[in-house]
Amino acid sequence: MSNEATLHSQHEGVHGAMTHDHHDGHGHDHHHEDSFISKYIFSLDHKMIAKQYLLTGIIWAIIGALFSVLFRLQLGYPDATFPWLESILGHWAKGGRISPEAYYALVTMHGTILVFFVLTAGLTGTFSNFLIPLQVGARDMASPFMNMLSYWFFFLASMVMMSSLFVQTGPASGGWTSYPPLSALGDASIGSKIGMDLWLISMALFIVSSLLGSLNYISTILNMRTKGMSMTKMPLSIWSFFFTAVLGVLSFPVLLSGAILLLFDRHAGTSFYLSDLFVAGKALPNEGGSAILYQHLFWFLGHPEVYIIILPAMGMVSEILAVNSRKPIFGYLAMVGSMFAIVILAFLVWAHHMFVTGLNPFLGSVFVLLTLLIAVPSAIKVFNWLTTIWKGNIRFTPAALFSIGFVSTFISGGLTGIWLGNSSIDIHLHDTYFVIAHFHIVMGVSAFFGMFAGIYHWFPKMFGRYMNNTIAYIHFYVTLVGAYLIFWPMHYEGMAGMPRRYYDYSTWESFKQFAELNHFISSVVIIVFFAQLLFVVNYFYSMYKGRKVTELNPWGATTLEWSTPINPGHGNWPGEIPEVHRWPYDYSKDGVDFIPQTTPVGAHESKH
Amino acid sequence: MVTMSAQRNKIHPHKYSLWIAMGSITMMFVAFTSAYVVKRAQANWTAFELPHIFWLSTALILASSLTIQLSLKQFKDRNIARYKQLLTLTAILGLGFAVCQYIGFTQMYDRNLPLNGPVSASFIYVILGMHILHVLGGIVALAVIFAKAYSTTIKSYNPVPLEVAATYWHFVDALWIYLLIFLTLAR
Ligand code: HEM
Ligand SMILES: [Cu+2]
Repeated sequence: MSNEATLHSQHEGVHGAMTHDHHDGHGHDHHHEDSFISKYIFSLDHKMIAKQYLLTGIIWAIIGALFSVLFRLQLGYPDATFPWLESILGHWAKGGRISPEAYYALVTMHGTILVFFVLTAGLTGTFSNFLIPLQVGARDMASPFMNMLSYWFFFLASMVMMSSLFVQTGPASGGWTSYPPLSALGDASIGSKIGMDLWLISMALFIVSSLLGSLNYISTILNMRTKGMSMTKMPLSIWSFFFTAVLGVLSFPVLLSGAILLLFDRHAGTSFYLSDLFVAGKALPNEGGSAILYQHLFWFLGHPEVYIIILPAMGMVSEILAVNSRKPIFGYLAMVGSMFAIVILAFLVWAHHMFVTGLNPFLGSVFVLLTLLIAVPSAIKVFNWLTTIWKGNIRFTPAALFSIGFVSTFISGGLTGIWLGNSSIDIHLHDTYFVIAHFHIVMGVSAFFGMFAGIYHWFPKMFGRYMNNTIAYIHFYVTLVGAYLIFWPMHYEGMAGMPRRYYDYSTWESFKQFAELNHFISSVVIIVFFAQLLFVVNYFYSMYKGRKVTELNPWGATTLEWSTPINPGHGNWPGEIPEVHRWPYDYSKDGVDFIPQTTPVGAHESKH
Repeated sequence: MVTMSAQRNKIHPHKYSLWIAMGSITMMFVAFTSAYVVKRAQANWTAFELPHIFWLSTALILASSLTIQLSLKQFKDRNIARYKQLLTLTAILGLGFAVCQYIGFTQMYDRNLPLNGPVSASFIYVILGMHILHVLGGIVALAVIFAKAYSTTIKSYNPVPLEVAATYWHFVDALWIYLLIFLTLAR
């Protein structure tokens, strides 16, 4: 820690304008650590902000996962009662059985939390913040202040969403997509009351946070690269953060527009989304609106959003696979190009979520074509990951395992996407468990694997300590096997027509056959949930008690973050920012294990 | 927030951020106007003429773009008195724009086109309301720059904040022109 202080004073000259005096005086005594930590609550250091994002994300992930355990109890054991549920949920679980209202609330919050708060803010917020300045060679973000604001908007959004869990009528319950009329009419369900307003306020704050963050990521990557770091010398992780930010900046405002119109429908009597409705036997005055309009606006964000979630994972996995196979990434430019293609296509396929909304079949076929086109860049990426590890000298670190797991689940889930992308098949599969299986494998599990890989890989840089490997291996194998056991069978349920979002399937003749299967799935969910707690324990334990990092570059990686001190201070490099001379993937070149980006190109070196 | 000048920046990062933010705001209004187009293609669309006072607001906001540009020029020539006058004038024109828009809203209301009336009218209130908010944001930015210009302790000849504000100002101006043309043509 004193190390830290000296680094600071050395930097005062370089970036005096953004020094840390203003941290003083904010007494945050509930952090009973020394004053060092209290100084870092309103931190401007991108590394600290990254850790704040990660911590908030972990807390949300535990809550979101717990919710899924609760509603899986209902799905897996529809006839059983769990008295302890009543003690924690009160009248939401009378007699130890989750009420239908509670079930919908849990499902909705699970989706909202995981999609937005964990896999968007938690994942991008952590790694874009942590890695962009470190890997492009900058002392901090373009605007550290805006960066801090971005976190605190996220924090506010989190608080509002959290508070909605405790209001009397419960949180929003109309699904993570918040379709009207459920989301537009306060009288439509109890989850449509104040819980829905809080959801909208929280999402508005969330969007502001995401925009502030993305602005910074983009301008840092474009403006603040160190000498020699041309765009084509950037690690693929940076490219992926860049594309993610571009997607966010262009698609989140559209969701904001949709949410604003929704707010007017809720509170100002407008009829953007409402028409011909009856609530409790009474006709509503709203005339001329269209609920489908909301779906267009939502999915125009919603589809890019799923790529916002997966792109950072793709970037980090590319990086980790190259480092741990001791081989250059295969097809660097193809990787960048395919990410670019994904960004463009992401804006052109949203209606594949709407094949059954009465979409014009001709228009539908255009969206089928564009949707299936996404398989091309996706396949290029998969091919390149496989060829990168092919005949590599693979080190099976936990990070490498999770990266390989990512490739596996991305393939399995991507293939089912191609089924769904065909409108004629989707008409049968839409809103069934097949869709649940598809997106949990390709997005949920894959993005989590990318995130775990990132945490295991960069933990030494974040905290100067290693995580425990044994626990990490248990975590990996239980999660990989468990994820497939949970989601694979759901494909069969979906093909049999079992709809998603139902409260109790045991009352349906067609779905009774799945009682045992649902039972099995729920049991695995509980095991996998505990395996994740193992990760959480490992994370916090290692933060304080983990084995100390003693070498600057423990993984033998080429990128710039490993040229900083083991515990870098604010400003990252004690002296000059290093200059970059080569791309980041010179592994096993000319018989040398790896050549850092800072090494000048030798006279007799071969080309990559 | 001053960033680390030790880095070599081609464009000032704040200007860069502004351009990206403008792209973002554009997407928001593209969403609004696309929603409008989708809705208009469906049944039950009530067409009506926009309030004529919107032409006056157009004149005001166009004039304000001119004054902020002149103000920037005066600033660069170190003509501080003129610069302050023009900056004030810009803010006043901006406020005048917002007032005219508001009068337009009341006129629509009097013509029996309230916010919760036909969807075509609701769209006008929401879209133009959001635009007014963005203009007001620009006025706040001007006020901050203005306050700095009057504070005697700091004497700064850094044109970047004013340049950023001017670019944003032209942007909300152009956004209005786009909305006006769009709403006139797609009635
Ligand atoms: C080969 C590429 C892919 C194709 C062709 C594809 C296609 C589709 C289609 C057609 C649907 C709509 C199904 C329905 O509701 O009836 C869908 C749903 C979904 N996909 Fe994909 N997908 C692909 C990859 C991905 C990826 C990479 C992600 C995320 C990282 C993803 C996340 C989702 C999500 C979250 C949903 C469901 C949203 C909901 O209804 O709640 N997909 N996909
Ligand atoms: Cu999609």
